[in-house]
Amino acid sequence: MEKYIYFGLMFLLTFGIKAQEEQKEVKQDSLIVPEELVEIILIGKNSNKHHYENKSLATIETYLEEANSVDFIKRGAYAWEPMIQGMASERSVVTIDGMRIYGACTDKMDPITSYVEISNLSKAEIKKGQAGAENGATIGGAIDLERQKSEYENSGWSGNAQSGIESINEQKILGAALQYTSNKVFADVDLMYRDAENYSAAGNEEILYSQFTKYNFSVVTGYQIEQNKSIEASFIFDEANDVGYPALPMDVSLARAYIGSLEYISNPEDEFYKEWKTKIYYNDVTHIMDDSQRPDVPIRMDMPGWSKTTGMYSKLKGNFENHSWDLSVNGHFNNSLAEMTMFPEDPNENDMFMLTWPDVNTIYTGLFAKDQYLINEDFSAEISLGMGVHNNNIQDEFGLESLRIFYPEMEDSKTRFLLNTGAQISYSTHPWTLGLGLGYGERAPSVSEAYGFYLFNSFDAFDYIGNPNMVNEKSLEMNVSTRYEHKSFSFSVNSAFYHISDYIIGKPDPDLSPMNIGINGVKVYEQLPYAQLWSNDLSINYTFLKDFTAKAKAVYRIGRDNENSNLPLIQPLTFEAGLRYRKNAFYAEAILESATKQFDYSPEFGENQTPAYSVFNLALSQIFYINAQKMILKVGGENLFDEYYSTYSDWNNIPRPGRNLYANVIYNF
Amino acid sequence: MKLLKYFSVFAVALLFSCSSDDDTPIQINETEDLIFVQEIQNETHTITIFTEDGSLKQGYNKIYFQIKDGDDFINNAEVSWMPVMHMTAMSHSGPHSEINKKANAETLYEGYIIFQMAQNDSEYWELSFNYNVEGAEYVAKDIIEVTPTDKNRVSVFTGNDDTRYIAALIEPDSPKVAVNDITVAIHKMENMMSFPIVNDYQLKIDPRMPSMGNHSSPNNEDLLQSDSDNLYHGKLSLTMTGYWKINLQLIDESGEVLKGEEVTETNESSSIYFEIEF
Repeated sequence: MEKYIYFGLMFLLTFGIKAQEEQKEVKQDSLIVPEELVEIILIGKNSNKHHYENKSLATIETYLEEANSVDFIKRGAYAWEPMIQGMASERSVVTIDGMRIYGACTDKMDPITSYVEISNLSKAEIKKGQAGAENGATIGGAIDLERQKSEYENSGWSGNAQSGIESINEQKILGAALQYTSNKVFADVDLMYRDAENYSAAGNEEILYSQFTKYNFSVVTGYQIEQNKSIEASFIFDEANDVGYPALPMDVSLARAYIGSLEYISNPEDEFYKEWKTKIYYNDVTHIMDDSQRPDVPIRMDMPGWSKTTGMYSKLKGNFENHSWDLSVNGHFNNSLAEMTMFPEDPNENDMFMLTWPDVNTIYTGLFAKDQYLINEDFSAEISLGMGVHNNNIQDEFGLESLRIFYPEMEDSKTRFLLNTGAQISYSTHPWTLGLGLGYGERAPSVSEAYGFYLFNSFDAFDYIGNPNMVNEKSLEMNVSTRYEHKSFSFSVNSAFYHISDYIIGKPDPDLSPMNIGINGVKVYEQLPYAQLWSNDLSINYTFLKDFTAKAKAVYRIGRDNENSNLPLIQPLTFEAGLRYRKNAFYAEAILESATKQFDYSPEFGENQTPAYSVFNLALSQIFYINAQKMILKVGGENLFDEYYSTYSDWNNIPRPGRNLYANVIYNF
Repeated sequence: MKLLKYFSVFAVALLFSCSSDDDTPIQINETEDLIFVQEIQNETHTITIFTEDGSLKQGYNKIYFQIKDGDDFINNAEVSWMPVMHMTAMSHSGPHSEINKKANAETLYEGYIIFQMAQNDSEYWELSFNYNVEGAEYVAKDIIEVTPTDKNRVSVFTGNDDTRYIAALIEPDSPKVAVNDITVAIHKMENMMSFPIVNDYQLKIDPRMPSMGNHSSPNNEDLLQSDSDNLYHGKLSLTMTGYWKINLQLIDESGEVLKGEEVTETNESSSIYFEIEF
């Protein structure tokens, strides 16, 4: 039990070979394992995973929020959009087992994180800044969601059933998982169902259009061809229906993804490399937005979107003397298409139709190399280099001609070269560890930023027009971190500064007439000379009286453009403090979450000042053993004092849920 | 023997196809993209009228015709024409172009007519051709059918200068979500039978979608007269399919607005406009 890493905060310095050794020795329960530029959220092995989470059937977003570098933009109760180091989808890369998936929603309502359920996730690896460039060019970093899979061990069948209820939105959660393992094969099957009604904010204020229903089916199977050689096939089917987005004028009647892959894994003992993984994958995402449930809209519209991605990677890992190296190639091909049909009030008038994403192909081929070098006992260094060729190609003549209304000279194809490189040095002298890093990264504009056509942003109430003529956005980053760890006390501070040149952001163009009715105007994506982001976080963890752990963390970010105006959606000073008691099969945790008033906000983006708030949560858990079987019961309350609040990243200040009581039961067999 | 039979069938087929090629290639080629509208006859000749869609409509009409003497095409006639609207109280003509041979065509004549109005139960259009073939003058006339359009493709109005103007939309014929070429013929009424083109004016356009809160589009170009065809040409951006109202302002050579108002927050539409729906 002790060797698994679970809840709470735990800090250790890990580099290269040393990392692997140390990780196994971790004795403390920890959910988050931060390295200098990496935070790993371990959710653990299936049979054990459920005890230490304060709410085992929470959404994946709740788990990821534990990481200091991750936060979410919330447009409702479902499918929050992750931000890494304060940077959202365009500036970060989110992958599932290394697979690239592009959302099909022009309004970013289907982030990649929404296609994995907590029950089939084993860990989330969050890499900050240029440390995250392995799976594609990034500025803010990357999250890789690693799914649960068994090993080749002869333990036959096992499984569990999970159920949960939540009072705030009458959410019903049902799940089941089944594993089979032998020396030759394994199979992990997982099924999860969630059905929620509207939630209520404090004071029983019902938040209309916050309901959702979701099904997730995941299977991973492996076959060991011979010693150290295996193939794995995996598949995810995820479908959400009737998803309300209270912060938006539209809802989602269908969000569906098929995600499949085939991987060959080799771990030879006598080669210059120790691991070689090659994967091919395909995914197909459909997202259908409509306003059929809304009683009062200026005009009825449908906005379906489709995204299909085919990709591959091949990754080699090896050790050579004091070096631990990674080398990989990856490539993917995506097609994104989104359209909008508006239905005029006069039924004799023709429907109004446009392509909001003009059937764009994105082809990316990249090469990534990384070396961790243990210089001596105290010093270690890491360098990484990624290069990629990125091409966008508009397939649809209709879409191309639409965009040529704005850009008469634009070509249907654009190719870019992207460079991502980082260097990190670390000095470790017990109990202190110091880290210093530099990085340079480039990214291509997203499909919306380059080719979006009248995409409505309900935050600032502007229509957004893409700009195909933009150059790469470039980031120069510097980070420092320090960690102190002695006996049962640990403390860490991380600070990262990003100077982003040619920063892509929408700016109002008063000459353009908005398409959506009654809104503020039209913004066109353009590039600021630069913008700067400074991201800071601090964590403290202290274990006392053997069974108690106190923890605290604070996050503060600041983002300014070249005129020293605030960037939108930047986290104000946010704290969390918690106390945990664990003895044998019993566990209790109390957490206080709090944020100061948002001093730095961007009125230009439609932001107003978010007031300070404090929220108190309590969780209790008990394991019952019935013969060889195990039942885990968890009950808890969130926002126990029914505080009416919204955070800086709640889209249009939609209030967060009020007092919520929940119960989760997991039965392992 | 069988082989010979086969060859003979083949030869006959070849012969027939050759002979038919010789007889009517021009007719097939020159009107194959056009649709027959009607025939107007006199004692000697038959004039066959074609348009692209097989009808004559209110607004601008590009009209093609052939003159036949029996089975023979008359390719060297000098033709003029005159459309006349017979109203209950009066008669008038409409703007019409000169007639030319279609470029690279042997038998086909072309020109355009702008019908300011459609026919109705008591009022009708008559089209007469006056032509000269090798020194002999001929006339052919008949009633034609001019149907109304549900969208406004022609605007008839009196300007500040007390002149009556007729502006007719020619292009875009099949509008796209794109920057479209827009072409308009602008004529003025000199008298009931004479409608010359006006020169050196300017036609301002402001396309709007009334169903989308009067949404407008960027990068439109106002229409200026071209030296080559005397018509007015500009650029029209349409950002989506649906119903568009192209608000107009006619400006004379001195820059004075003769008719039409700017669209603003308070003024939804100009008094003169075209309509496009696709």
